[in-house]
Amino acid sequence: MTLLRQNRAFVGALAMLAVLYIVYNFMHPRGFSTAVLVQNANEAVAIAFVAMAQTLPVLLGGLDLSVGAVMTLAACVASVLVNGSPAEILFGMAATLFVGAAFGFMNGLIIVYGRLQPIIATLATGAIAIGLALFIRPKPGGDVDGDLNWALTNSLWDFVDTYQLFDPDAAWFAPVAWIPVPLILLFGMAAIVWIPFKKSVTGRTVYAIGSAEGAAYMSGLPIDRARIAAFTLGGFLAACGGLYLAIQTSSGNADVMQAGTYTLNSIAAVVLGGTSLLGGAGGAIGSLVGALILRVISFYFRIVSIDPLLQPLIEGLVLLAAVSLGAIRTLRVKNRLELFR
Amino acid sequence: MSVMGESGTAKGGAPYVELSGISKFFTGVRALEDVNFACDLGSTHAILGENGAGKSTLIKIMSGVLQPDAGEMRVGGKPVTFRSPSEASDAGIVCIFQELSLLPDLSVADNISISDPPRRFGLIDGRAQRRRAEELLARIRCEDVDPRSLIRDLSLSRRQMVEIAKALGKNPKVLILDEATSALTSRDVETVYDLLGQLKADGVASLFISHRMHEVDKLCDTLSVFRNGSHVETFRKGERSASEIVRMMIGRDVEAQFPPKPEPVAKPAHLSIRNLNWENRLNGVNLDVAKGEIVGLGGLDGQGQKELLLALFGVLRGVEGTVKAGEVTGIPGSPDVAKGGKARIALVPEDRKTEGLMLPMSIANNLLAASYDKVSNGPLIDPAKEKAVVAEAIEKLRIKIGSAQDAVATLSGGNQQKVVIAKWLMTDPEIILLNDPTRGIDVGTKQEIYRLMRDLADEGRAILFYSTDYAELIGCCDRIAVMYDGAILTELEGDAISEEAIVAASLNIDTGAAA
Repeated sequence: MTLLRQNRAFVGALAMLAVLYIVYNFMHPRGFSTAVLVQNANEAVAIAFVAMAQTLPVLLGGLDLSVGAVMTLAACVASVLVNGSPAEILFGMAATLFVGAAFGFMNGLIIVYGRLQPIIATLATGAIAIGLALFIRPKPGGDVDGDLNWALTNSLWDFVDTYQLFDPDAAWFAPVAWIPVPLILLFGMAAIVWIPFKKSVTGRTVYAIGSAEGAAYMSGLPIDRARIAAFTLGGFLAACGGLYLAIQTSSGNADVMQAGTYTLNSIAAVVLGGTSLLGGAGGAIGSLVGALILRVISFYFRIVSIDPLLQPLIEGLVLLAAVSLGAIRTLRVKNRLELFR
Repeated sequence: MSVMGESGTAKGGAPYVELSGISKFFTGVRALEDVNFACDLGSTHAILGENGAGKSTLIKIMSGVLQPDAGEMRVGGKPVTFRSPSEASDAGIVCIFQELSLLPDLSVADNISISDPPRRFGLIDGRAQRRRAEELLARIRCEDVDPRSLIRDLSLSRRQMVEIAKALGKNPKVLILDEATSALTSRDVETVYDLLGQLKADGVASLFISHRMHEVDKLCDTLSVFRNGSHVETFRKGERSASEIVRMMIGRDVEAQFPPKPEPVAKPAHLSIRNLNWENRLNGVNLDVAKGEIVGLGGLDGQGQKELLLALFGVLRGVEGTVKAGEVTGIPGSPDVAKGGKARIALVPEDRKTEGLMLPMSIANNLLAASYDKVSNGPLIDPAKEKAVVAEAIEKLRIKIGSAQDAVATLSGGNQQKVVIAKWLMTDPEIILLNDPTRGIDVGTKQEIYRLMRDLADEGRAILFYSTDYAELIGCCDRIAVMYDGAILTELEGDAISEEAIVAASLNIDTGAAA
């Protein structure tokens, strides 16, 4: 009971996602098929990673305006490096993720030792990331390994088939063969990166800082280390998004507009997922769900005929309504002082 | 210059913690100068002094929050320098701070183990952490606190107990309690007393800072008095009389602690509350307060006293019942309505740091916060009026400040509380609600506040006063309404007011005397 009450926002987001997606599948002519699921999953991965990346600075009580740019930078790096022999491909992927983590680490150092507000420091470093991306890839393009593209953007069946791991039609494999690989990557990464982080002292410190920084300091927690770690992990997760985007599109594109859109949507996803913008409460899994909600809302435009000119207007209204649902709890609060705590 | 008294090392051998020649300055202002201080294991040592005497600075240096500008500290005979609170707690010096150091968004168990959680495979072991919290909470008889609940959902008193559990978890050799009992209910205070006795028997040194003299008298075997950044004297309990101690603390003689009460006269009720209900916290409250009267709210903490004040001030939603404030009938819908209009109600809130003040803003802005309409012409604030009004308020409450433009956070606790009170007096309220206004402030300021309350009553204002300190209720109030389970069961008046009667009524025990 206590756990349900304390995670009300997250549970609410999960319920919203389930309702939206089930209704969508009912309305879709080919609803409840692997093809639709795979396609949707592919489109959701990058923003979901970027939203998870954004969660960390938000938990600290700040905002990271560079997540979209770091994602773009990582995608451009990947578009150059992720090809060739299997070893070269693995190296390229590792290098891409390293670039993102290093960029996040740099953000952390600037914010901790430069004593800058995250929002303004990352506004600047975000521009730097875009600059680097343009330097690496002045024109859209690139050459990402085709097998990898196919294997990672389809169902588990195709993945096994592409690399000839075993007989993909084996009976034992059938119950899971339909699962899209992108979803496995997304949830797998969340499970092996986020959950241990949350249970570590560093992760706990991140929550503590957002909750009451003075108290965190007085408890002797490693504040600076946790801040830097949070931004580093944020950079890493943003790079995961970028790497996937590059693999999915087989190319890189230093698109300034796209970076900005991803950053802003990541903030919306974090809020939808139940993380407080004041810091200290919430989590990356919630943001992942929030990102999925955002994407599902946009999927509706494909099956409902709306004048494209009206689309941003409707999208804005729906987003506003979705975010407002999270504010409903305030109507139930009987002691109004609690609203400010 | 201060001289360490012989009695500080009465047990023979070197004291466990020893400070010699410690000085600390803040931007040129002296906080501590050449302080020599020592404490032994197995003693309960009180540190006395007014706010601003340097007690807080002393314990912050001992617990590694601040570093001294000069002097040396020895622990167990070895010189040490603590660069952070964690280094001090590694050396066995643990402090329970007056400003709560808990993280509101984390659970009780998380908070208790925050600096060194039990781990499995390098990750925090949630179950072991909960068990540990349960054990520590049981040690201070707080089995009713669920280790999984969030700190923000607990009452102030429970939070303080969690803070104590957290400190115990570090197995301290020296436990520093800075006003640790000021937020506690009577029941929890007793628990803490027992705990201190037990720690003493276990050979732990407790340093105890308190503004409640009867506590110090009851608990401590050694007393040290500080004044103005210097150590005045250390002596064993009983070596100095209470009035000598007070003189040492303030450097002058004091008059009686509470102002005299006027003869009781029957007056018509100004504030009249009938059958007030809210959630399950207020269950049919009936109370009258007349102009010129100070009515105290007694009882154990959490019996609805705070909710009653908040309900009258329009903070709570869904309050049922009738309230008549002079000519005005009805429960205000918001603090804005409560303070304006004809009812003119003021509330001095429980937590001055979050509800009473905007800490980073200037003293002037804080003073004006409730009464901008009085200093503005239309939408614009008139600087001349503003200046005059602020100066008057500072003068009236004798608030000690450098400049009215300084941030209010720079003031001492007592002066901050004066700012909160002054802010509300500027609205010229007819009904003043006080929610534990003397919590954690020094004796001198407390006395000024008692005096002020009586003056305000004599000016014809109705005062409703909640305090966790029974001595204060007894000394200040014309009448005491004791709350139990969200209702007022007993009202005590005149000679019927006594500590026994309040305690009996708080526990809803019928002793015959409290009827």
